[in-house]
Amino acid sequence: MKNSLLSTLFLLLATHMSCAQENHPPLIETPTEVDYTYETIVDGIDIPWGLAFIAENDFLVTEKTGTLYRVIDGNKTAVNGLPELYVRGQGGLLDVALHPNFKENNTLYFTLGMHLEGEEEGGNTALYCAQINGTELSEVKMLYKAVPNTKKGQHWGSRIAFDQEGHLYFSVGDRGNRDENPQDITRDGGKIYRLNLDGSIPNDNPFVGNDAAKTAVFSYGHRNPQGMTVQPKTGQVWVNEHGPMGGDEINRIVGGKNFGWPVITYGINYSGTPITDITAKEGMEQPFYYWVPSIGPSGMTFSTSGVYKDWQDNLFVGSLKFEYLERLVIKRDKVVKREKVLDKIGRVRNVIEGPDGFLYVAVEGKGILKIVPKA
Amino acid sequence: MKYGFLLYVIIVEFLVMRFYQQKTLEQSMADGAEIYADFCVQCHLQTGAGVSGVFPPLNQSDYLFEDLDRSIRGVKYGLKGNIVVNDETYAGIMASQGLDDEEIADVMNYILNSWDNSSEIQISPERVANIAK
Repeated sequence: MKNSLLSTLFLLLATHMSCAQENHPPLIETPTEVDYTYETIVDGIDIPWGLAFIAENDFLVTEKTGTLYRVIDGNKTAVNGLPELYVRGQGGLLDVALHPNFKENNTLYFTLGMHLEGEEEGGNTALYCAQINGTELSEVKMLYKAVPNTKKGQHWGSRIAFDQEGHLYFSVGDRGNRDENPQDITRDGGKIYRLNLDGSIPNDNPFVGNDAAKTAVFSYGHRNPQGMTVQPKTGQVWVNEHGPMGGDEINRIVGGKNFGWPVITYGINYSGTPITDITAKEGMEQPFYYWVPSIGPSGMTFSTSGVYKDWQDNLFVGSLKFEYLERLVIKRDKVVKREKVLDKIGRVRNVIEGPDGFLYVAVEGKGILKIVPKA
Repeated sequence: MKYGFLLYVIIVEFLVMRFYQQKTLEQSMADGAEIYADFCVQCHLQTGAGVSGVFPPLNQSDYLFEDLDRSIRGVKYGLKGNIVVNDETYAGIMASQGLDDEEIADVMNYILNSWDNSSEIQISPERVANIAK
């Protein structure tokens, strides 16, 4: 009798657990009518990762294995002068971004996997700045490097963004060490960092004054943030991060806050085993949105220009896993609609809004595509 | 003195093993399993089944076994362009993961002897080292 009760309980629990991965609304929609098409601006780039516009027909693209391209009128040229990078697993040459005053100082920033001479084995994510003239880099300078090195392949991040108050933000993933890095502010990894544009640490960073802390840290408890953008109206930094199975998230970053990884998550291990049995905890932020199933989110941007009908202020996120660009409609602080754009296009690595207001999408094996409304 | 020759053989064997550092297949597979979990499993999955049409299978893959050097080359330098695996065409890109020769040998030995796969041939780091782009 007792046994049968136990087994019933167990069965109930098992049923409950298998339900834990129900699709999270709103469900993704495939539009019945498509009033846009795309043009390939440049091809022949295997894994285009970072994307930054210098002018309308002039932009920079990073290729993960270690080439920075300058593309002018659709013709790409490799840029010389990158530091020697460390390519392993998900690491390599990652994001690129222009200094807010690029027109005056020709300065750009980039993140990449790095192993410095004399360091222990392995590598970690670093942020660099440099000046660019034509296709030559000069004044190449390291601004930050996460430590310690590791030979792990996972979770390097990384994206770069700027607020309107002279700060640079960049992300570093947990580097495959979720038990030690993300929850510990004295360690690198699993963090969003905030620096001044010259690489110095702002005096008002949340952990300044804590002698043990990494004072460049702005927020913590992240897994692998590979999308970052500033909400144009509020100026707040928005991040998306790869979670475990069913745990991909969008987070709105607030200084000093803990975003919970791996103590709380809606996801489970890809092997099907649980990571934690809680999804919420006091002192830890809830995600703004989480994806079940996981989409494998990459770059992220808002469409602000109005060149597309009905897309104004929508959020766009690349999906590596399902090979589309996702459009999220946000109303009253909630995601109310999700829709596929460029369905089955390939693994989408990045999306940004160009100076002409069009969305440019980086797709593995395809290159850079421009989404054009049908006339 | 009776055991002198035997002792000699054992010492020589020991020295040879030290010099060549040839791992046993079991050790190589164990090390390879760690590499697999770190670098391969996201796409090829724990069962080696891959994702039909997107990530090719490693379990019972005709492409994998057909030409082992070609498979090693793919892991070592990356792989792109159309390949046909078990009658299905794959057009994706596998980037080089930055593994060293020994790690590639280990992960190959793991893949070649896991799930329903088995191989008579143990891949050595020297074989990986000799494969050119």
